[in-house]
Amino acid sequence: MKKHFNLVSQYLIGVFFGMGLIISGMTNPQKILNFLDITGNWDPSLIFVMGGAVAVGLAGFYLLTKRSEAFFGGALHVPKRRDITKPLVIGSFLFGIGWGVAGFCPGPAIVSVGLGQPKALVFVLAMLIGMVICNRFFTAHKN
Amino acid sequence: MTINWLDFTPGPALLGGMILGLTAALYVNLHGRILGISGIVSGLLRREQGDQLWRLALVCGLMTAPFWASILFGITPLQIIDANWLSVICAGLMVGFGATYGSGCTSGHGICGLSRLSPRSLVATGAFMLSGFITVFVIRHVLGGAQ
Repeated sequence: MKKHFNLVSQYLIGVFFGMGLIISGMTNPQKILNFLDITGNWDPSLIFVMGGAVAVGLAGFYLLTKRSEAFFGGALHVPKRRDITKPLVIGSFLFGIGWGVAGFCPGPAIVSVGLGQPKALVFVLAMLIGMVICNRFFTAHKN
Repeated sequence: MTINWLDFTPGPALLGGMILGLTAALYVNLHGRILGISGIVSGLLRREQGDQLWRLALVCGLMTAPFWASILFGITPLQIIDANWLSVICAGLMVGFGATYGSGCTSGHGICGLSRLSPRSLVATGAFMLSGFITVFVIRHVLGGAQ
């Protein structure tokens, strides 16, 4: 029974997160690019998205420090690493290039597949291939 | 730099952002995991882990979010994609590879990481913001216009 609640909760989290992306305007690649166009005609909206998210998130993650296990049971899988590594920096830098080229990151791209956007579908398929390549040939991120 | 007042939407951005933060906060308290979309999706591709079902449920939630947004609130999001097909494919490959190699994306590092004051996520967010700024600068102002 708890397993079913767990899955329903997972689904609803996906729905809420997707709605947050839609309401904030982050599912429009042009809006992302207008934010990244800091030297041009700049749209600062994404700062407000991040600000709103982190303001609420700080409180939520503070609450987590009072927990020893997840509500649905099981250990907390929260990363504890603090070391700044080359894969972290190089991977994030490459991610940013791709983000700046198309204006899609993983969440909004997957939501856009649900909007019936063919370019989002192609983007997500390419993204999956990129993930497989990394998992298959580069294990550095697991160290 | 000029401010694009025409497209600037601080209200919906703040509201949407707060929903994202609330969802991420709920997720880690309910399920004990970071709500990082790239990590959740890349786990789908690693069969040996045997935890495909919950990952799939969450991805289905993301994909059906437009349906619920339309039914419940009558919202149909505007989408303008400047990139051509080849650019979309290259971008997808880089985003997929980069997010996995760098252990996270805009949700995992950007929203969750900054919310829990992780130094790694702060560096990662700085790195992808910087390369995003440079990339758009090169595409729009050096190469000139849409690709």
